[in-house]
Amino acid sequence: MTTLPPVEDIKAQIEAAVPGCRITVIPNGSPSGQHSLLLDNDHARAAALFLRDHPSLRLDYCSLVTGVDWLDTETTEKVKVKKLVDGPEGSQQEQEVEETRKTKVPGHLESVYHLFSMEKKHGPVVLRLRTANRTDQTHLPSLTPVWRSAEFQEREAFDLYGIVFDGHPDLRRILMWDGFVDFPMRKDYVPPADDPLVEVQP
Amino acid sequence: MSTYMAEIDPIAGPGEIMEVSMGPHHPSTHGVFRMDVRLDGEKVVRLKPVFGYLHRNHEKIAEHGAWLAAIPYTDRLDYLCSMTNNWGYVLAVEKLAGIQVPERAEYIRIIVAELTRFQNHAGLVGFLLQDMGASGTPLMYAFREREKVLDLFESLSGARMMCNYMRFGGLRVDCTPAWLDEVRHLVSRLPRFIDEFENLLRANEILMARTQGTGVLPRDLAINAGVTGPMLRASGVNYDIRKVDKYGIYDRFNFRVPLGDHGDVYDRYMMRILEMRESVKILEQALRDIPAGPIIDPKVRLRGLRPKAGEAYGRIESPKGELGFYLISNGTGDPYRYRVRPPSMINLTILEDMCLGQNIADVVIILGSVDIVLGEVDR
Amino acid sequence: MEQNLKELKIELSKNGIFTTTLEELYNWGRKNSVWPLTFGLACCAIEMIATTMARYDLARFGAEVFRPSPRQADLIIVSGTVTKKMAPQVVRLYNQMPEPKYVIAMGACAISGGPFRDGYNVLKGIDRYIPVDVHIPGCPPRPEALIHAFMTLQKKIEEQSLSGADRPRHLDADLPSEFPVPSFGEHGLEPPNNPDVFFNEPGNPLKVIQ
Repeated sequence: MTTLPPVEDIKAQIEAAVPGCRITVIPNGSPSGQHSLLLDNDHARAAALFLRDHPSLRLDYCSLVTGVDWLDTETTEKVKVKKLVDGPEGSQQEQEVEETRKTKVPGHLESVYHLFSMEKKHGPVVLRLRTANRTDQTHLPSLTPVWRSAEFQEREAFDLYGIVFDGHPDLRRILMWDGFVDFPMRKDYVPPADDPLVEVQP
Repeated sequence: MSTYMAEIDPIAGPGEIMEVSMGPHHPSTHGVFRMDVRLDGEKVVRLKPVFGYLHRNHEKIAEHGAWLAAIPYTDRLDYLCSMTNNWGYVLAVEKLAGIQVPERAEYIRIIVAELTRFQNHAGLVGFLLQDMGASGTPLMYAFREREKVLDLFESLSGARMMCNYMRFGGLRVDCTPAWLDEVRHLVSRLPRFIDEFENLLRANEILMARTQGTGVLPRDLAINAGVTGPMLRASGVNYDIRKVDKYGIYDRFNFRVPLGDHGDVYDRYMMRILEMRESVKILEQALRDIPAGPIIDPKVRLRGLRPKAGEAYGRIESPKGELGFYLISNGTGDPYRYRVRPPSMINLTILEDMCLGQNIADVVIILGSVDIVLGEVDR
Repeated sequence: MEQNLKELKIELSKNGIFTTTLEELYNWGRKNSVWPLTFGLACCAIEMIATTMARYDLARFGAEVFRPSPRQADLIIVSGTVTKKMAPQVVRLYNQMPEPKYVIAMGACAISGGPFRDGYNVLKGIDRYIPVDVHIPGCPPRPEALIHAFMTLQKKIEEQSLSGADRPRHLDADLPSEFPVPSFGEHGLEPPNNPDVFFNEPGNPLKVIQ
């Protein structure tokens, strides 16, 4: 098994081959060392084609496509701010005070691709695509034209998370029935109460 | 009928295309799987697989329980091969949390995994031959051997099918020397069974006429469509995760990877027979070399496992293909995202491509050669 | 009276004269040739197949042929998890079976949803839509448990009477033999259960609180 170059090198190669592509390396906190590359949605397909066809990488096998739901979160940070504070004897002084600021980080939906190479027998390279938010901007480019193995898995991400893949040849629900309207794998999904409470009489 | 069927142009005139829904209840014993087939006479013009009839929300349920609580659910993914499912999941968690496995546990894992592979391939050949019309007898042979393997699993783990045997960093319980002797006794008789089973129908005229040249899967399409397992190797691609990733201690074992030339149903059928023989080889070597020692590191926290925030993708070569688990941890005791890479579902991507132009009767045997288990396709 | 009849029967049979009642004969014929439908959903189906194989051999109890068509079957062994997507199909198959027909709910999933009860797509037991005769607990139940369930069903058939208030459904024109098929709603099945079938038995210790 040949070894892959480190993630930063792959990022540099893609940025050289696909001009305008903005890539971020997302480090992985676990001992597995599988860091991922966050691609921007406009150049994702070109970057994917480069990864598949470049002679030294030849990532011809897309093993797994996963949908992930990240809810809206709030970050709190303590900021030092200069404020007028009541001092002794009724005067006012400028003092540095610590203030906690809460910022809302909007959630997003994510599509994670694990790529391997059957020819070179190396991998995985992990790609991530993120939507802008969880409500109205949930479109991502489909990588099914690049790797056919993404066909059913992107349909599943659409079915269970609501990510709409543009360019997918046949985007419909795959596991739930066609009339179903919810996206069950989202973190805020509440199942219907079809289970009446049952009490055991003595 | 869903709307997509109305969009393609019919090849023949209107009224000459017949739409058949094969399933979800049909005599071919592969579970609740449905194929919407459009036929021009007997030839298949379009085939769309429809599944989800066994979608049991495994991924959602696993998010609400602890890391340990997901192991019994992995048994029920590919319900014929519970040991290898367990191994896939614990391998991914061991990658995520950085847990080491003692040597004796690795040997026992390989022994039960290869026994699982053997009984899965035997069962598959039995089901495939039954779909072809040899009703019952090859399946009886296969299940006779399967019962012997299930007896071994029952005495080891307590259950015939849903073994729930592997843990993070090792195994739940150690095997006894008497159990190893039983396995040796079984393995010594397996080559004779495989010969008998193969010679049952291998050179049979009907089998050869029906399966050679049917359902051909070209090599490049197989790679691009993410096909893995014996189906991929029947198309001539040398990719066996036991050799590529060398997970466990597979690099110590001497075994070959059979490859096919044509990628048709006959090659996929022979692939299983040949892999059964390789499994027996691995079993003989493992039983010869198994050391004494502990089977799990006692310091590993099973119940309260809290891996650091991060993610990992761990995969094994299950009898159906590449079974992988993608786990995202956010530092708590429950997985944040738990995803199964189902080999059976991804192998179905090119079912339509293999069946186009074939007779409707051959669709059943092509599906049989793909080797799907609905518990894994739908999760 | 029963005891005298029994002793009379034994005396006669010792002399080569076999006597029976029409009811016994009818039930004997029915219970010894129950033909199941080939209906496996999930893991329990594999144990069902194993029960029909050479080691456990369900065929010696009369279930010789598993019929693929519901029109020719007497028994549906619901083996495996019934999902909401599959539930209408199960009820339709049950409706297509001719009377007398029986249902065995095999495994924890068919009884109540089993280990997958929390799932959004899992029907919490097939007895929400069709009446079940025998329940087999287990996950999966051993083949011996399925044989025991089969024998329990045979005993149940044996005790059915031809006339009277407790006659079976197929001899009672007032009782329905087909049940409404649920349809796919936007969030689940419509209706979520069939109140005539689900928890309908008087004297049942479970009480439903809405």
